[in-house]
Amino acid sequence: MDALQNMGLWGSILIAVVLSALPIIFILLYALVTLYLEMKVAAHMQDRLAYMRTGWHGTLQPFADILKLLQKEDTISSEADRKLFILAPYIVFMGTYAGFAAIPFSSMYIGSNIDLGAFFIVAVSSLVVIGILMGGWASNNKWSIFGAMRSAAQMVSYEIPTALAILIAVMITGSLNLQDVTKFQEGGIQNWVIFGGTLPLTQKLLLIPFTVVTFLILFTASLAEVNRTPFDLPEAESELVQGFNTEYSGMRFAMFYLAEYANMFLVSAVAVSLFLGGWSSPFGSVMSGPVWGLFWFVAKGMVLVFLQIWIRWTLPRLRVDQLMYTSWKVLTPFLFVCIFGVGLILVL
Amino acid sequence: MIETKTLPTRYVTQPGEFHTSSGKTLRTDEMIINMGPQHPSTHGVLRLEIVVDGEIIVDVIPHIGYLHRCFEKHAEHMTNYQQVIPYVDRMDYVAAMNMEHGYAVAVERLLKIEVPERVEYIRVIMAELQRIASHLIAVGTFGIDAGAFTPFLYAFRDRELILDLFEMTCGARLLYNYIWVGGLSHDLPPQFIDKCKEFCTYFKPRIKQFNDLLTFNEIFVKRTANVGVLPKDVALNYACSGPMLRGSGVDWDLRRDDPYSVYSRFEWEPKLGKGEMGTVGDTWDRHIVRMREMEESVRIIEQAVAGIPEGNVQAAIPKRIRPEAGEIYARTETPRGELGYYVISDGSGSPFRVKARSPAFVNLSVLPDISRGGMLADLVLIAGSVDIVLGEVDR
Repeated sequence: MDALQNMGLWGSILIAVVLSALPIIFILLYALVTLYLEMKVAAHMQDRLAYMRTGWHGTLQPFADILKLLQKEDTISSEADRKLFILAPYIVFMGTYAGFAAIPFSSMYIGSNIDLGAFFIVAVSSLVVIGILMGGWASNNKWSIFGAMRSAAQMVSYEIPTALAILIAVMITGSLNLQDVTKFQEGGIQNWVIFGGTLPLTQKLLLIPFTVVTFLILFTASLAEVNRTPFDLPEAESELVQGFNTEYSGMRFAMFYLAEYANMFLVSAVAVSLFLGGWSSPFGSVMSGPVWGLFWFVAKGMVLVFLQIWIRWTLPRLRVDQLMYTSWKVLTPFLFVCIFGVGLILVL
Repeated sequence: MIETKTLPTRYVTQPGEFHTSSGKTLRTDEMIINMGPQHPSTHGVLRLEIVVDGEIIVDVIPHIGYLHRCFEKHAEHMTNYQQVIPYVDRMDYVAAMNMEHGYAVAVERLLKIEVPERVEYIRVIMAELQRIASHLIAVGTFGIDAGAFTPFLYAFRDRELILDLFEMTCGARLLYNYIWVGGLSHDLPPQFIDKCKEFCTYFKPRIKQFNDLLTFNEIFVKRTANVGVLPKDVALNYACSGPMLRGSGVDWDLRRDDPYSVYSRFEWEPKLGKGEMGTVGDTWDRHIVRMREMEESVRIIEQAVAGIPEGNVQAAIPKRIRPEAGEIYARTETPRGELGYYVISDGSGSPFRVKARSPAFVNLSVLPDISRGGMLADLVLIAGSVDIVLGEVDR
């Protein structure tokens, strides 16, 4: 590293390229696994087998799916706004991908160790809304506009509980830098923020009810952020055909999909970093280290991703007004109570 | 006296009008959307022309006829009354047994003949199995309309077992041509009774499982209760029937109130909507009526299977039926409601006229009335709770 940095401008560019390429490699691998996982989990919950023909238990199916999407014709309807239509999927993906920059995958790797990490992720992932709105509007399809408008309203509303929940973790750990937040939680499962962090015992015990509620709310809100059931209104297939991506096909459609899956991991990663100890081992110093760190981080993230899949194949969908009700009248007031409670405990 | 507070004028809006801060009136237009005929939740080729104000439904206009196959004209041109049966199958393709049953009852009444006891028992077993199969599709797809995919596959898994029973009996899984005028195409296979009992014991706990997964799910109840309320008088005015009518709390079931076959011999009761989760006649009530009717159907099947007599499965009727000149209106209870056949005979070997009063067609007519003022997502659920089969609506 140092040697490269000494090479001056070119060295730092090289480092930047390598560092930024790592998350995208991770996203692609992860998307393949999750595509497969989603189908298999769904199938086994529903008394089916899902893919069985392509490779051992259909393990090659995600590759086949991607190959199919690559070969497909990219159709753009003649009445669509071509520029926005083409740009939209990439903006959606960029918004998610940029969020990965501030995610500490391990003690040795974080894309950009900025002090405002958590804030940066909340801010930059808002870009997704613009992409979805662009896609919906440019499609010139009434169902797409419906989906896009719903999506905008939903994501803007649910950013508030997300931000407040993040704020609570920040109050406890005292840092917005996710790497510092994770380091704060090192030393075993009892030190995770969800269990009160590394504070004195009495404070911890008082904090636990608030932190657990906050974590649950953060998880719920993140479901809405990534448009997953029960908050999948923007792409509610029984109502809006496919929602904002109705008119998309081929690789552009795949980009939306990739962004959705990447976003699923991103919100899980934020929750893991803030509440579940990030890359730190649940057994203290046993099985810890940079490589184990990566393992723990991805494993914890995947558990939350699995939870999202589980919920998707179990629950029905909320209605638009119920969605808003949940955000503004249930989650947000609860979080205000939590902020007040946590603040009080920390000051005392 | 309390002074009534008046709002500043710019906050007072008329529907469709929006006042900007500068005092100008901004006119917002309603949007017209076509839902279908290619849409995931219109359950076939129904086209709904929807006028929406944002997400609120202002008006719905159903356009039907995309699956019109001239059933009535076909029936007139058959050379034999029996030949109509395959066409009857294709009307309500998810409840073909009930369709055949109704037609057979109508023509038999026109001929003034009785069919052997065994035939009546087998017909009841088939009709009730088919009712379960049809309701399973109805509640399963209703789950999809609400956004839950898994219950749909649970329903289809169980429906598959019923189709296996049908396949064992007559070789077909969807369109059977099994119930004929004056009897059946052939007798039950020897292992049918055991398999049928097996199915009943298997299926009863499944209803509870399904209820736990979907019917009493908090989100599902929130979505369906108080949505698409169909009051009693409106239901009667529109001549709704079946679970639509019973969901609104009207105690009317043709199996009991205008008995045909041997339904009067069994112990069962029609299930009514009681507004347990919201108002009487909401979509949840229609859903629960279907769930409970399946339990009742299992009860009927168990009794019928236990009491099935031996005997012939074909009444002694001539190969070519020639009813006396006359007319008959016979009605039976299909999973969707009152199915009536109005058959006119001119004394020849083929029917002069066959008119079908299809329940889904009549039930669909109430859709605009109960969906106005709701949201787009509600409309999907209301259309799902009407349980339309377009083959039967269009005929």
